[in-house]
Amino acid sequence: MAYSVVGKSVRRVDAAAKVTGKAQYTDDFAVKDMLVGKILHSPYAHALITSIDVSKAKELPGVEAVLTYNDLPRIKYTTSLPGVIEDVIDDEEFAARIKYGTAGHPYSLDPGHRDKEDRHILTNKARYVGDAIAAVVATDERIAEEALKLIDVKYEVLEALTSTDAALKEGAPLIHEESVRNILASGGFAIGDIDEAFKESDYVFEGAYETSIVQHCHMENHTSYAYLDADRRIVIVTSTQIPHIVRRIVAQALGISWGKVRVIKPYIGGGFGNKQDVCIEPLNAAMTLAVGGRPVKLELSREECMIDTRTRHAFKFKIKTGLNQDGKINGIHISAIANTGAYASHGHAIASSAGGKFRALYPTKAIKYDPITVYTNLPVAGAMRGYGTPQIFFAFESHLEDIAKRFKMDPIELRRKNLVEVGYVDPISKHEVMSCGIRECIDIGKHLIKWDEKKASYKEQSGDLRRGVGMACFSYASGTFPAALELAGVRLVLNQDGSVQLQLGATEIGQGSDTVFAQMVAEVLGLTMDMVHVISSQDTDISPFDSGAYASRQTYVSGMAVEKAAIEVKEKILGFAMSMTDIPAYLLDLADQSIVYKHSRARVLALEDVAMQSYYDRVLAKPITSDVSNNARINAMPFGVTFAEVEVDIKTGKIEVLEIYNVHDSGKIINPQLAEGQVHGGVSMGIGYALSEQLLFDDITGQPLNNNLLDYKLPTIMDTPDIGAAFVETNDPTGPFGVKSLGEPPTITPAPAIRNAVLDATGVAFHRLPMNPQRVFEGFKKAGLI
Amino acid sequence: MYDIIGYFEVETLSEATVLLALNPKLTIIAGGTDVLIKLHGGQLKEAELLSLRKIKALEGIRKSEDGSIVIGPMATFGQIFNDPMIQATIPILAEAAISMGGPQIRNIATIGGNICNGVTSADSASSLFVLNARLRLQSELGERVVPIHEFYLGPGKVALKPGEILTEIMISPEDYQGFGGHYIKFAMRKAMDIATLAVAVVCKLQEGTFDEVRIGLGVAGPTPLRCFDAEAYAKGKTVSAETIADIGKLAVNSSKARTSWRASKDYREHLVEELTQRALKIAIVKAGGGELV
Amino acid sequence: MFKRIACTINGKARSFEVDVRESLLEVLRHRLGLTGAKKGCGVGECGACSVLIDGSPFDSCIYLAVWADGKQITTIEGVASKNGELSEVQEAFVGEGAVQCGFCTPALVLTTTALTESGKDYTRDEIKRELSGHLCRCTGYQNILKAAEKSLEGHICTCVDSPHFNQPSEGNIEERLNERQDDPDSV
Repeated sequence: MAYSVVGKSVRRVDAAAKVTGKAQYTDDFAVKDMLVGKILHSPYAHALITSIDVSKAKELPGVEAVLTYNDLPRIKYTTSLPGVIEDVIDDEEFAARIKYGTAGHPYSLDPGHRDKEDRHILTNKARYVGDAIAAVVATDERIAEEALKLIDVKYEVLEALTSTDAALKEGAPLIHEESVRNILASGGFAIGDIDEAFKESDYVFEGAYETSIVQHCHMENHTSYAYLDADRRIVIVTSTQIPHIVRRIVAQALGISWGKVRVIKPYIGGGFGNKQDVCIEPLNAAMTLAVGGRPVKLELSREECMIDTRTRHAFKFKIKTGLNQDGKINGIHISAIANTGAYASHGHAIASSAGGKFRALYPTKAIKYDPITVYTNLPVAGAMRGYGTPQIFFAFESHLEDIAKRFKMDPIELRRKNLVEVGYVDPISKHEVMSCGIRECIDIGKHLIKWDEKKASYKEQSGDLRRGVGMACFSYASGTFPAALELAGVRLVLNQDGSVQLQLGATEIGQGSDTVFAQMVAEVLGLTMDMVHVISSQDTDISPFDSGAYASRQTYVSGMAVEKAAIEVKEKILGFAMSMTDIPAYLLDLADQSIVYKHSRARVLALEDVAMQSYYDRVLAKPITSDVSNNARINAMPFGVTFAEVEVDIKTGKIEVLEIYNVHDSGKIINPQLAEGQVHGGVSMGIGYALSEQLLFDDITGQPLNNNLLDYKLPTIMDTPDIGAAFVETNDPTGPFGVKSLGEPPTITPAPAIRNAVLDATGVAFHRLPMNPQRVFEGFKKAGLI
Repeated sequence: MYDIIGYFEVETLSEATVLLALNPKLTIIAGGTDVLIKLHGGQLKEAELLSLRKIKALEGIRKSEDGSIVIGPMATFGQIFNDPMIQATIPILAEAAISMGGPQIRNIATIGGNICNGVTSADSASSLFVLNARLRLQSELGERVVPIHEFYLGPGKVALKPGEILTEIMISPEDYQGFGGHYIKFAMRKAMDIATLAVAVVCKLQEGTFDEVRIGLGVAGPTPLRCFDAEAYAKGKTVSAETIADIGKLAVNSSKARTSWRASKDYREHLVEELTQRALKIAIVKAGGGELV
Repeated sequence: MFKRIACTINGKARSFEVDVRESLLEVLRHRLGLTGAKKGCGVGECGACSVLIDGSPFDSCIYLAVWADGKQITTIEGVASKNGELSEVQEAFVGEGAVQCGFCTPALVLTTTALTESGKDYTRDEIKRELSGHLCRCTGYQNILKAAEKSLEGHICTCVDSPHFNQPSEGNIEERLNERQDDPDSV
């Protein structure tokens, strides 16, 4: 279908604001007499707090409040309705403080489906180095920092469990008393009879793979400020991906009605999943309550942000695959241990989601997935771009490559034999694959990197510098259905001049969603982009309800709501035009800011004329708006592939990516330039994941070793090769304009593609990320290359 | 806001030495890229700062009449990299300068600060070691000159006595004329990083033999160091792949690498051997020798 | 402890007192309301706070405000023309899609502006080196580099004697992708 605005690389709607420095982020709003909040973090990874004396800190001039666990709201009896709270019962038995879950998931009316509530705003037991023990509110930052030093905490230090092995061992101390063996949750899925499948297979191959803890490193750290407004409601301005969820969780954490909280999200400096979690807002709210509602700012330093927000789960996988001589896979058994750190956050959802998104790429007779999610005394793992899939695809795509090498199969042919096809229905989710361009993606990637040519020329290498090529495939989802509710709200208002305001609950976090939504509206209403005004900020008092930016959901899920709202406005405009002209609405259409005849495209009326009448006609006036919500009870799978070429310095263990291409089937691409930008950023993050990034901790104490941007090796521009992005534009019938998701997928497979290229270059198979020079050196030494 | 309780800024060296004599607790600040970061991290507290930023006499890069290169300690890494005389005479220092941080850091970080901070990963150190740089130190009581390899005493510890300020970095003509050199910074990233290992090599050739070889290592021990065993071995030996391999092996003898979370002792020693050879091969070419495979 | 300093900010002469403990970043953001410079790390590792001082980029978070005495400072607020028109560099960042979350953008625009005003020629690798003090997590730097190259059009040096010249492989990625689109047999 030919579109006029959709599919074009129009300029970002927020670009001018951002290049001029006019785009305001949370910390750019100056509030008069703002107080400063600071957190006292635990220096121990695992310790009971036997006493806290804050008296000296409170005496320091300029200190307005000091908070500890004891100052937190107590658990109250509540009725079954959220937000309706009865009086506090002040009884010792009920003196425990409120626990809450922080994950940015939609609320569930089913108590069994809610996120684990294992966290206090300030803890009475330290579970990782960085755990928040106490907080200070002071007139300035230096005084707040001085006051922190004056808080006297006595700890009873416990054994720090710094790995899943340590946490799972017999007799290990419990991090959370209710979690036996420190297991937060377990359970995956099984399709078919896996034992039977292995019996029928010609080959059975086993492998073990491991990933490390990495961090999002969005450029803007978590920052917020909070105050009470004149109606004594808590207002929080915060750098978040999920304002409506923040509202709910702050209210839950404080035990107050949800309507008592108002959350405002201005421009945000990146999130990548780390702001799909409610990390600092409940404490910030508690801080302002402690000082009578005066404004308090809570801004994490980079060092704090890297350990006291969220990280990516490290996984350990064991994979067993059975296949026939012809390369057809009969059965896959994956067991996984996910390290969630000290608190649940997104909990077992990450491990579950990883398996669910992986499952459909290579459908087999039998597949069994056994993940467990384990608590350790390390920083809390949560959502991060890809949500478990970079881990599972690193493992499986490495594993497939190892199989191909072992049984001398062509790695691409092996994959082709097993790839999913249109019409496949997932037996568990019941999703039908309605579009699938993975084979075309592979063809394009092969061509771009000159696969056959390079494969042949890199066959016999012996020097210190060796080159190789590798590839890896992925599948993903568009949003979270059916695991969670996929609700999106949009409001659209036609102005007097024929322009529109687009207001969304979905959040722009840098990915470009505001621009693609504006394109959708412009397309439906026949407008130019300058006639669509997007309100980029979300305010829970004003913005329609939408759960926010995560799960690569917005273009697909919120896009449905945008399209729905635009169609409703269009119908109203045409109906109004009918009342003005007596031409039946079904004969009319919108184009070029006008009402036109559908058949001839001849202009009937200027849209502006209709708009003016809709506001000011003495009889018919009824301004045209729509306010819709859409519950997307459907999902669509995007697919894609990474091709990478590397050069390996055998003697130093240094790997350089020479070329890298990501080819995506994300359905229709609404804005190619923005889509390419998503791919570039995702691939760059994937290269860091493959080669250099890892958050490190002392094995014994759990102390972080590199929680800063010098020692944590996020790639610089000089470390980043040219990144190629290409798209196979299938047209998914379920998505608005045929779209499927794109936000997270670019991050999924650079690491296994690079790993497979290193295998091609050197013959050495690495089983653990990152493949940094130290580890590669060790691998080469073991393999006898050094 | 930084944890600063006093700030003094002077325009002459004598004012600085007087102030320093009166108040030995003063922390000297030059470019601030070490001092301010230590204040941020809490390794330095309640600092009373003495800024050298307005002392013109500590700036500039020049060649004296006898051919010595004299670098003012307030010269920034950016100035050193861009200085045509440095590039022509001691390019190995320019190579070190450009490997440091990123442009914004190089615009303010000074070579004097880099030296006096006393860390083994100092980007200027390996090159200055092989150039036999000498440091002029001045206090109210007078001045003295210390060779750079005697200046580094331990991690973060240098031979500055209370009241002393580094005023000049000097390199004699006999230490650079006729030499070819090469610097390798081995790090995880190509910018904004600290070295996993740094190797600087200079050599002078005479009819197919090594007249002199000097090897400086960073992050191969608690301080930057020279590989005197390997250097002594090289003297007079034929320039060949075998000699270079032996030199690489001997260089490991001088390293005092240890295992840290950044890299293992084993790996660092391997890098010393490998990178010394790589640097020497390029240095040979720059010294007028042929390429060795 | 306060000190009076005099400096020029975005072309306007100013004189005011600063606390000696303050960084230039804090003064710009909190006292002068010039919030285009961002704080990403506070220790000169990310470059988000960069401003131009006497025409060169500096990390304003590790630059004491007292040091600004006598300096010419340009922040992002001083880059666009007075009537609000974008500068050529800003235009290039918008046009090449170099902007995503926007947090690193003002500083990158400033550093690129300094390159264009230097009058020098740069190789591609030299441009990358000059931008290497800015971390970005959104863009993979790809379109940032394109925007910088666009800004420096006519000043890109491909001379082989440049110390940073890299022999291009057969066609760059951009060409490779275009070639595919032109090829009727390609999928």
